[in-house]
Amino acid sequence: MLVLRYCLARLIHAIPVMLGVTVFVFLTIHLVPGDPIRIMMHGRIDDAQVAEIYRQLGMDRPLIVQYLDFLRHAVMGDLGTSLIQKAPVTALVLEKLWPTLMLLGLSTIFSILIAVPLALVAAFYRNRWPDHLIRLGSIFGFAMPSYWIGLLLMLCFGLWLGWFPISGLGSTPLEKLHHLTMPALTISLFLGPILIQSMRSSMLDVLTSEYIEVARAKGLSEWRILTKHVLRNALIPVITVLAVNISWLLSGAVIVEYVFGLPGLGSLLVRSVGYRDYPLIQGLSFVFAVLVVIVNLIADLSYMLVDRRVLKA
Amino acid sequence: MSETAYHPQASLTIRLFREIASWSPSLKIGSALMALIVLAALFAPWIAPFDPYEQDFNAILMPPGFPHLFGTDSLGRDIFSRVLYGARIDLVIGVVTTYVPMTYGVVLGAYAGYVGGRFDAILMRIIDVAMAFPFLVLIIVILAILGPGVQNIYISIFILAWTMYARLARAEMLVERTKDYITAAEVLGFPRWRIIFRHGLPNVINSSIVFSASDFVLNILLVSGLSFLGLGIQPPLPEWGSMIAEGRDFMRQAWWIATLPGLAIVVTGIALALIGDGLAQRLGERHHTMV
Repeated sequence: MLVLRYCLARLIHAIPVMLGVTVFVFLTIHLVPGDPIRIMMHGRIDDAQVAEIYRQLGMDRPLIVQYLDFLRHAVMGDLGTSLIQKAPVTALVLEKLWPTLMLLGLSTIFSILIAVPLALVAAFYRNRWPDHLIRLGSIFGFAMPSYWIGLLLMLCFGLWLGWFPISGLGSTPLEKLHHLTMPALTISLFLGPILIQSMRSSMLDVLTSEYIEVARAKGLSEWRILTKHVLRNALIPVITVLAVNISWLLSGAVIVEYVFGLPGLGSLLVRSVGYRDYPLIQGLSFVFAVLVVIVNLIADLSYMLVDRRVLKA
Repeated sequence: MSETAYHPQASLTIRLFREIASWSPSLKIGSALMALIVLAALFAPWIAPFDPYEQDFNAILMPPGFPHLFGTDSLGRDIFSRVLYGARIDLVIGVVTTYVPMTYGVVLGAYAGYVGGRFDAILMRIIDVAMAFPFLVLIIVILAILGPGVQNIYISIFILAWTMYARLARAEMLVERTKDYITAAEVLGFPRWRIIFRHGLPNVINSSIVFSASDFVLNILLVSGLSFLGLGIQPPLPEWGSMIAEGRDFMRQAWWIATLPGLAIVVTGIALALIGDGLAQRLGERHHTMV
């Protein structure tokens, strides 16, 4: 019962956010100063054609009617038609969704693989040289522009060593993994440091709690305390950090996809901005926001599995 | 009266030295690095060996060496001079995009945290919606609406970047609001603006100051990233991100065109992150740095 109520509460919390998102996305095209269609067509069409496009898009009707229409269609999965590619936005977006999701998944796995051992070492040797070294490395990773480190990885492992392909995605799952390795590594080089620092501090918080004192009193080694008692409890905040940073992760994915020429949502967004394809831009920003909201919902629900106390809150 | 009152000049210098001596190593190193970068930006016309815009077709794609310390690009421009001038552009952008939104973000957040009610509820919903979009995606969408360019980047960041500061200041204000000194100010009948801005604000601003160091780095990365995507600062301006973008096509023949401006971003980022680290220790706001 509590579980159901918690899930419902989380879902209900997401509704006003989603409504706000649809309002913003809907307004995008209406906020373009001047005449969006003329700007998009670079003034190469006459008045009658402009009026025809407006009629096709339904933009000659009152704003509120247009919004409700947009909402109705969005709920049914119809995000309009791309003006440049002459295809349904939903189909275009779905086609590019998988590469982006795979990139996000792989980057998350890489980041965790980098962060967990390093955070453990940093907490174990707190305020001694391994900790300082890891901290310095984190700062370095955080300060590197992702497109820059992407180019360097490409130069080093792609062009000089030839270990990894430098652009595209490939077709078989293994090929895709091969193509996605460098982009995912690029993202995890800036996500990893953020994870390391938050995990380190949550591990140190856990270290001061009473049950750790008990473990110490039992005579367990410090290393065993860290791996057996601290790590498990310190993993909970990692979910939060990952969820909070999903928006950074997606921002990073946009640039990294562009650098590595991956056919994902990010490179589609950059391209559609170049063409000023407003329906496609609307659809893409909507999908990005939906991704963020869904990830946050999943994070909220996974707390429930990790820590039952949230149900009573 | 103490002696120092008669020598305000000397005491200020001594106080400054004492202050710096009390800084943590990371704050010292970070500030020194940052001071060096700011000096390089200020004195760029005197330090730079070449004109950053001068094209020399006899010296195209020269590797780093003498007289071109960082080599030359595909138009024969001296990269070292361009990186120096680039510091002027990127630092100004970083300061403006960080501290302008911080100012009204903190004010809005502190006000909302203190008064609560409908204003607070509406503000928080707006922030929730803004945060539902990946930051870069929203900026790109706004740039798609307004068109690319520096001015529109400023506008789009001003529209969005205050949200994080408003959240931080509001959360702190919710705590401060219940403390005795605020109650005392209320009992004394001080006007609301005075309680919020004279009494509350100094106590809620630390987390934002600490966060601003990370934010500064992120904003430089963001704006140079937008330039890299072709949506930000347009060539031939020597902005670091757009220089990396120009070097992208020459990675194979001339690695230095993209690599060395990127190093400038990294060094600036490290300096700021170290300052943030030191400030966090000093102000006790560990959890508000990103790394």
